Amino acid sequence: MIIGTGHYIALGAALALIGTVGVLTRRNIVVILMSLELILNAVNLNLVAFARASGKLEGQVFATFVIAVAVAEASVGLGILIALFRNKETVDAQEIDLLKW
Amino acid sequence: MMLDAIFFYAFAALTLAGAVLTVTRRNAVHSAVWLVVSLLGVAGLFLLQQADFLFVVQIVVYVGGIMLLFLFVIMLVNLDRAAHLRQFNKQAWVALGIALAAALGLAAILPRTYASGPPLAPPEGNTMALANVMFREYLLPFELASALLLAAIVGAVVMARKEEKS
Repeated sequence: MIIGTGHYIALGAALALIGTVGVLTRRNIVVILMSLELILNAVNLNLVAFARASGKLEGQVFATFVIAVAVAEASVGLGILIALFRNKETVDAQEIDLLKW
Repeated sequence: MMLDAIFFYAFAALTLAGAVLTVTRRNAVHSAVWLVVSLLGVAGLFLLQQADFLFVVQIVVYVGGIMLLFLFVIMLVNLDRAAHLRQFNKQAWVALGIALAAALGLAAILPRTYASGPPLAPPEGNTMALANVMFREYLLPFELASALLLAAIVGAVVMARKEEKS
């Protein structure tokens, strides 16, 4: 039984879908950010699988950049979250409605 | 090859179970711990594909760095009240329907893409080969990434800083 690229892509699709459900359904912003990390990991999984399928390393280089962007996203996102909590005393995405009218 | 399949399914189960529990747990700390399990599963899958460097980066940066940041923030903000509220928003069923539709679409196109064909042999000496590609052909994106990280550091400090009373 050979594990091919298709297996990894299917796993990446499943992981991305679980992350999407988390982003769309949860109310706690911390968990929404964690679900975003899941989606980025699914992307990395696919990139590494493609790199292996093509026999080149470009995919792994790109996955490294994705990790760097994920770090930037997480640090700024959590900084915004702390600023938000200081102002509104909540981490509920439904209660942050300053732009609603 | 048999061992390969066993490890793949073990790491895939770890990844997916961790992901599902991350999304469904009520307590954010539990979510974070299950996310660590999921990230370790992905790291194992990297190792299985001979991506040694990414395996180490995944553990050091994700499990060691990002998850530590998440746990710090969870300790900083008070989540006790949020844990007693309803965890899923009103559009949860619509979102589940959309995700299901996306799953069906992906399942329809997946067999037409890379479903068959054995993977190629990877280049020898992963970290060194990766460094050769990264620093010769992708040096500009690499430097841009460092600029992005610097901007992120400054942005995070500015965002999380206490407002000075003037």
